[in-house]
Amino acid sequence: MRQTEVMVIGGGPAGLSAAVEAASLGCQVMVVDSDLKLGGQLIKQTHKFFGSKEEHAGTRGYEIANILFRELEENKDRIQVLSNTTAVGYYKEDGVVSCVTGEDEYFRVKPQRVIMATGAQEKMIPFPNNDLPGVYGAGAVQTLMNVYGVLPGKRVLMVGAGNIGLIVSYQLKQAGVDIAGIVEFMPHVGGYWVHAAKVRRLGIPIYLRHTIVEALGERYVTGAVIQAVGEKGGLAGEPKKVDCDVICMAVGLTPTCELLWQAGCEMVFVPELCGYVAKRDNQMRTSVPTIWVAGDAAGIEEASSAMVEGRVAGLNAARSTGHVTDTEFDARSSLYWKRLSDLRAGPVGEKIRYGISQACCGSWEV
Amino acid sequence: MDLIKEHPILEFEHGKKVKFFFDGKAMEGFEGEPIAAALHANGVRIYRETPEMKRPRGFFCAIGKCSSCFMVVDGVPNVRTCVTALTEGMRVETQRGKGLVPPLS
Repeated sequence: MRQTEVMVIGGGPAGLSAAVEAASLGCQVMVVDSDLKLGGQLIKQTHKFFGSKEEHAGTRGYEIANILFRELEENKDRIQVLSNTTAVGYYKEDGVVSCVTGEDEYFRVKPQRVIMATGAQEKMIPFPNNDLPGVYGAGAVQTLMNVYGVLPGKRVLMVGAGNIGLIVSYQLKQAGVDIAGIVEFMPHVGGYWVHAAKVRRLGIPIYLRHTIVEALGERYVTGAVIQAVGEKGGLAGEPKKVDCDVICMAVGLTPTCELLWQAGCEMVFVPELCGYVAKRDNQMRTSVPTIWVAGDAAGIEEASSAMVEGRVAGLNAARSTGHVTDTEFDARSSLYWKRLSDLRAGPVGEKIRYGISQACCGSWEV
Repeated sequence: MDLIKEHPILEFEHGKKVKFFFDGKAMEGFEGEPIAAALHANGVRIYRETPEMKRPRGFFCAIGKCSSCFMVVDGVPNVRTCVTALTEGMRVETQRGKGLVPPLS
């Protein structure tokens, strides 16, 4: 049985931030990440981030990952990183986490504290043939082209005009892939106007109030059928055939929360956070006193706030193991919460603020 | 291979080129990169066939969560090829059905 003071599950923006925060304060930290490369979705992001200067606004996502990697390196004496290692079970009887490296090297860890930064997974919508090869999640398309330099296809139909659908369409064009169009069920673009404008300047059509009704092909995607939707959401107008070899699904994400369920954390369904999330106090601590949550696993938001939530979780794990003075804790905590409230300010943050109000219980102490 | 040749932002640093086999056919890929990415670059889209409906399955989530890209790798079934690194001489096969777990050697 391996031991560690703080175990961080997930090596994306939230998890890495949590790890460097806790380690820089003196904790022994173990990070497990299921992918071959650390950094989560950050390493696939070629666009410049918005948000705030503290969270590297104006810097491309993969460069932000490099900044976090340098912080990991600075704290390497106290951080053990295990890539290609999936946490597959949390045993609430004794707080043991079982993990597997690759496909067959199982081991157990007994951590004193756990930070769940397990991220998110792609949502899917139902339509005939949605299981055909060539129907890919938007994250997968980004992995292929931006991490491994592999062309996902020749001509892509994008489903969803939220930020991910818009950004990935733009990135596909940068990689030299043709875009048949973007279909969006809603009567308006869900993402930022600046991303929509970039896509429109490239001549990519955005079909609002449209949906995909079928993927075409016998063994893999050779096309798609799209159709307009009426006022009440039913199909309207004539179905249109679209030539494409990839159908890219950008219809939203949902928090990855299996381990939180297994741990017995109190869970709540919050539509604004895109699924079930752990109830947490105002320091990101779940109903299980040794477990904190951070990033998309705590509710779908974006990488800037995920990094700050990671800092909060790391700081609290360090305090609970006696590594931080009250003065230091208060100074850092108020700084991080100020940054979070800045990131969530204004009309853009309204939905997320409401979602968090549904999941946050203030304090577990009674 | 279907690789991006020019990119306005990114430069791709591929690892060592290695030979591997897909259903017995020799292919080339880069060591340490996911098997699924190497197959995709070689034009392979179908990675397995479902047990009952015999439906083709391929790449989908690329983060080891969805099980769409399960294949038989060096005789071992249900390998998540999107998060398993390619190595020299690897034998990758289309998985038909649930796959048989090989006896312990």
